[in-house]
Amino acid sequence: MEKKRIIGLFSGLVLGGSTLIVVLFLGIILWDIFSKGFPSLSWNFVSSFPTNGMTQGGILPAIIGTVLLTFITTLFSVPFGVACAIYLNEYARPNTLTNVIRASIRNLAGVPSIIYGLFGLALFVQALNFGTSILSAGLTLGLLSLPYIITTTEEALKRIPNSLREAALALGVTQFETIKDVVLPKALPGILTGVILTLSRAAGETAPILFTGVAFFINGISASPNQEFMALPYHLYMLSTQHNEIEQVRPLAYATASVLILLVFLLNIIAFYVRFKNRTQD
Amino acid sequence: MNTVKREQIDSLLKFAFKGAGLLTITLLGGIFFMLFANSILFFLNVPPLDFFTGSQWDPENHYSIFPLLVSTFWVALGSMLIAVPLGIFSAAYLSEMAPKKLQIVLKPIIEMLAAIPSVAIGFLGIVLVGPGLAQIFGIQNGLNALNGSILLAVMALPTIVTISEDAINAVPKSHREASLALGANKWETLFKVTIPAAFPGLIAAVMLGLGRALGETMTVLMATGNSAAIPKGFLDSVRTITATIAIEMGEVPYQTTHYYSLFAIAAILFLITLAVNFTGEFFANRLRKFHS
Amino acid sequence: MDGIKLRAENLNLYFGQKQILKNINIEFPKNQVTSLIGPSGCGKSTLLRSFNRMHDLSPDARIEGKLFLDELDLYGRKNSVTDIRKRIGMVFQKPNPLPKSIYENLSYALNIHNYPKQDIPNLIEAALRESFLWDEVKDEMKKPAVKLSGGQQQRLCIARTVVLRPEVILMDEPCSALDPISTKKIEELILKLKEDFTIVIVTHNMQQAQRISNKVAFMYLGELIEYDTSDTIFKHPNNELTQRYIGGYFG
Repeated sequence: MEKKRIIGLFSGLVLGGSTLIVVLFLGIILWDIFSKGFPSLSWNFVSSFPTNGMTQGGILPAIIGTVLLTFITTLFSVPFGVACAIYLNEYARPNTLTNVIRASIRNLAGVPSIIYGLFGLALFVQALNFGTSILSAGLTLGLLSLPYIITTTEEALKRIPNSLREAALALGVTQFETIKDVVLPKALPGILTGVILTLSRAAGETAPILFTGVAFFINGISASPNQEFMALPYHLYMLSTQHNEIEQVRPLAYATASVLILLVFLLNIIAFYVRFKNRTQD
Repeated sequence: MNTVKREQIDSLLKFAFKGAGLLTITLLGGIFFMLFANSILFFLNVPPLDFFTGSQWDPENHYSIFPLLVSTFWVALGSMLIAVPLGIFSAAYLSEMAPKKLQIVLKPIIEMLAAIPSVAIGFLGIVLVGPGLAQIFGIQNGLNALNGSILLAVMALPTIVTISEDAINAVPKSHREASLALGANKWETLFKVTIPAAFPGLIAAVMLGLGRALGETMTVLMATGNSAAIPKGFLDSVRTITATIAIEMGEVPYQTTHYYSLFAIAAILFLITLAVNFTGEFFANRLRKFHS
Repeated sequence: MDGIKLRAENLNLYFGQKQILKNINIEFPKNQVTSLIGPSGCGKSTLLRSFNRMHDLSPDARIEGKLFLDELDLYGRKNSVTDIRKRIGMVFQKPNPLPKSIYENLSYALNIHNYPKQDIPNLIEAALRESFLWDEVKDEMKKPAVKLSGGQQQRLCIARTVVLRPEVILMDEPCSALDPISTKKIEELILKLKEDFTIVIVTHNMQQAQRISNKVAFMYLGELIEYDTSDTIFKHPNNELTQRYIGGYFG
């Protein structure tokens, strides 16, 4: 019996300890970045251009670039992703074609992000001649986001009970009208949660934009979609690995990392809020 | 709008939605075509045998994927050695031991960990893990395979924990109760009944985590030193397939052998992740069938 | 006695390999209430749903035989399913108000079907009055319909159907989720509605069938066993199975 107790104690320590380590990982990451990044954060840092070869000034163009980039990603991936999810959940019959589509989506979700970068380079930059631009990069991230948008949207649609669809159909409402007027409005909070979470991932991606349009430095902000752009994750990458005065810009790199993580967390918090509000309503 | 027109719109949109569904097949097919068309152009210039059996990645002279492949697996396997036990034990803790209130706190923490961008984790590899490893092992810098493995483990952990937890939760309560009724204690039940029953799901979790580690770019690019020699140990600098593409694609002139070579190594990476994800999917399906 | 409103000829229905309805021939008279009774799984709901083509969306449902509304072939290739569903309304087992306001639950289909805007408020009031709901909801038409009680929700679902002035109303166990008081209200409603509509109702409740129906059809294992006036079925049924079911020996 004594042996059993010792084994039990030991097992509990291992399991609890493992969980503690996982939590510590997050704690260390946040503590290190925020404690060294926050002192350099200021209004000036997020509202001005970099100066003196990036050793001073702020990250405004990178913030704007990331926001615009995410906007293009949304414009492209949300309509296609939601439409595909509607097809799968509302129209598709259980046949081979549907299975192939589902298998494709699962595989697309597993394709490494750098391969999306190559595909964006081959398709948007070269074949379609969009050049290295915020448009090419945004579309590339849109493709990367597509499987996640589809999966989360389909889950939201699945939660809508069939009785609601029947209610509308029995009134002589067509299937499309049912989807547009009854199913989508009811599923909207769930879809929104998935979209925001997906975009928070897309905003932090670096590999797919490396060859499709991101730049180390741009002179001014341009609203034109065929211009190169700066982005927060790439800015952090350049500051931490490619800069000539790496030690000198380290505080700026920490501050950039803080802004990036705060942005991603902000999106996550919005998503959780939407989900939470929807749950309490039901 | 009259009924005829409404029904016409209805059937038209049905086709439009189907088109969106077919887009996913086209996209996967497009990626496949892009990788393999460019790979064929590469193999017209470089014999496949040299590509697979050589020992040097030295563009313009030698194109051998071998050192990159070894690096990729070396780092990914290292990350699994760290992440698999941590992930499965944490999942077991979360589903079998943690009080409800603690679970409510721990789950968002895992999701937050998953939300941190890879470039931020790579950055910590440079400023925190690297110097730490250098000090511990008395080496010049800590940018090596071990550094990459630690970071990838952190990145793969949320996937492994979440899916493992689902797998453990899916084991029917009756299994556990039967075991407890036979006089087995909590631990014997966990290790001899629950975990073996959840095994296919755990494999799926590990496979999907591994797929993520194999395909990750920014962290390994930033943290592993990127020397393209065959590594001999975890303290050697390595250069994975993903990092090679990231470093070299920005600099090569389009439509050269070097350019095509990057598509060829990407094609290999694509096939590997595909196989890993398929294996994961296979076990996940088996679990689903088993419990339904 | 008026003519026949709705009928099925040699109807066979399959879900995949499984045959649910076996060669059903039945006629429902106009402006009367017909009840479909029988043990669970006998196919009565399936039969009901096939009249407004609710099986269209089930991927593995297959229908043989003919169904008619007057002389309109319900499954005829050229006939519009939306039009058919407008003419044959349906009320479901569980109240299923749309996730909209009380008013919108009624106005929605009217707008879709292009009723003149200025008529809509009056049509809605008339339908709510007809469904004994007007006095309870007239002051809170903007309230979400899901906030109503179960019985009110079900009467709203009936009003939503009635407002379109269909020719037939199909009801699939409309009271099974309701308390006795709500059930009584809905039974009264059904008796009133039959003046204007042809009603086919599926029910589990023998007393209910006896109280409200003119004719009763007893189904068992996908077959129509006996179909006669309410009196005959409940007082001296011809078939032994019907007798045993009515007597409460199985079901």
